[in-house]
Amino acid sequence: MEYGLDLEYSFNEFLKGFGLSSEIAHIIWLPLPMLLVLVAAVVGVLVTVWLERKISAAAQQRIGPEYAGALGVLQPIADGLKLLVKEDIIPAKADGILFTAGPILVLVPVILSWLIVPFGQNLLISNVGIGIFLWIALSSIQPIGLLMSGYASNNKYSLLGGLRAAAQSISYEIPLALSVLAIVLMTNSLSTIDIVNQQSGAGILSWNIWRQPVGFIVFWICALAECERLPFDLPEAEEELVAGYQTEYAGMKFALFYLGSYINLILSALLVSILYLGGWGFPIPVELIAKFLNLPINAPLIQVFTASIGIVMTVLKAYLLVFIAILLRWTTPRVRIDQLLDLGWKFLLPISLANLLITAGLKLAFPQFFGG
Amino acid sequence: MSIAITTQFICFIILSLVVIIGALGVVLLESIVYSAFLLGGVFMSVAGLYLLLNASFVAAAQVLVYVGAVNVLIIFAIMLVNKKEDLKPINDIKSRRVISLSICLTLLSLLIRVDLTNVWRLSSPQNSIGEESTIRIGEHLFSDYLLPFEVASVLLLMAMIGAIVLARRDVMSKDISTGLPVDQELIEKSSEPLLTNKN
Repeated sequence: MEYGLDLEYSFNEFLKGFGLSSEIAHIIWLPLPMLLVLVAAVVGVLVTVWLERKISAAAQQRIGPEYAGALGVLQPIADGLKLLVKEDIIPAKADGILFTAGPILVLVPVILSWLIVPFGQNLLISNVGIGIFLWIALSSIQPIGLLMSGYASNNKYSLLGGLRAAAQSISYEIPLALSVLAIVLMTNSLSTIDIVNQQSGAGILSWNIWRQPVGFIVFWICALAECERLPFDLPEAEEELVAGYQTEYAGMKFALFYLGSYINLILSALLVSILYLGGWGFPIPVELIAKFLNLPINAPLIQVFTASIGIVMTVLKAYLLVFIAILLRWTTPRVRIDQLLDLGWKFLLPISLANLLITAGLKLAFPQFFGG
Repeated sequence: MSIAITTQFICFIILSLVVIIGALGVVLLESIVYSAFLLGGVFMSVAGLYLLLNASFVAAAQVLVYVGAVNVLIIFAIMLVNKKEDLKPINDIKSRRVISLSICLTLLSLLIRVDLTNVWRLSSPQNSIGEESTIRIGEHLFSDYLLPFEVASVLLLMAMIGAIVLARRDVMSKDISTGLPVDQELIEKSSEPLLTNKN
């Protein structure tokens, strides 16, 4: 299955053409994918913010942003610029150090998790062996940042929001990890590349969503809860808590929270598409198309085609899920805190445990379908 | 390879400094909230040291368990019961400090002795298993370490049941420590507001 473009290799060869040693070439290469992913994440946020505004407007029979660029596409950029030039306020009785460190601790793990998101066979920053486990571990750091900013704001709404966020995040992490575990069991690997490759046998038919329907739903619910999206946006419930842990924040620090929550949403959508919807795979296997066109799979044309199809498919699937998340946000009411904890501990946890057990049993019974 | 080794060395120095200074801060700082957050930083740096040792699975597990669960729960508990109370000054504080310092120094000297006398078997880079370690850990947990693994889970279950019994006052009619009948009302709120007079 080792096909696809290897950009790093070609780039290093290109630099070596200028007489640079491979070490120097590697150092020049290192920041490039990181920068690219950072830019991709930020552009993704801009697109998502625009989508959120437009779709919410459509759901409420409004027009939404219209004058900033065609169809209001420049509106999120205007929002971002506004946040950039706003005054950075630290409340007089707040704890300055923790107040500043909180938003950073919220944003950094989310961006770090993009390390493992593959857009193609070789199109990811690092194919680390622990793959998806890295994301689970990193996403568990976030509640510390939320607690920190909630405490440092010296405001009861902020503190309540921070505590709620931590409780919610801890409760929903367990079913989330268990449903990922079922996928890992089927793949025999933690690496995201292997997870996608395991689903690429027969196009749309071999996607994990058909083999793990329960896991898919549990994962999606938990991912929404981890992103603090409605119906699970208790930590920042506007009617009860002003804005939860963000209440005292303004300017760039608020923008960090804002960016963090949207990057997290896109990341969750990407991971759902990788774990359950075949990642970069096209619904019809590329091998079949190549056969149909009488081209070998290693032909340059097919390679470029595969790579671009891969990126387009990953982004398309992710944005389909983002669309569903936005629709959910504007059509569902918020759950109460006791309902939230009941759903997490008494419903999702037993279901995901049973799902894991059944997956293990099916793997033993039908090794050819559930990964031997 | 020299650049890789230099980077590794710089990372090691930074991480060790963070671990040592952070741990001192956890013990010495007056504010318990700062101590709790610094503890999270120490755990993270230890995870970084594991990463330097090529043990990526252990590093991620360290972050997940210690930072994501233990430390979050510690901070959570501190923020829920952040009661301001005036502590009574201890009269023989100096002798207590001397005793605790001597105990700590004894432990330290023991550790240093172990470090110096033990012959550390370093596996060569060719023999290191790296990414294979996840599989290796799983194999050990389900073969020769099965009993300790299961006993640890029973221990955690016991702790959990104990916590539930202590938290649910309607389970027992008498208070465990005082022997007085338990009031079945709501747990009274802290009489003082949670966040006041913070400078």
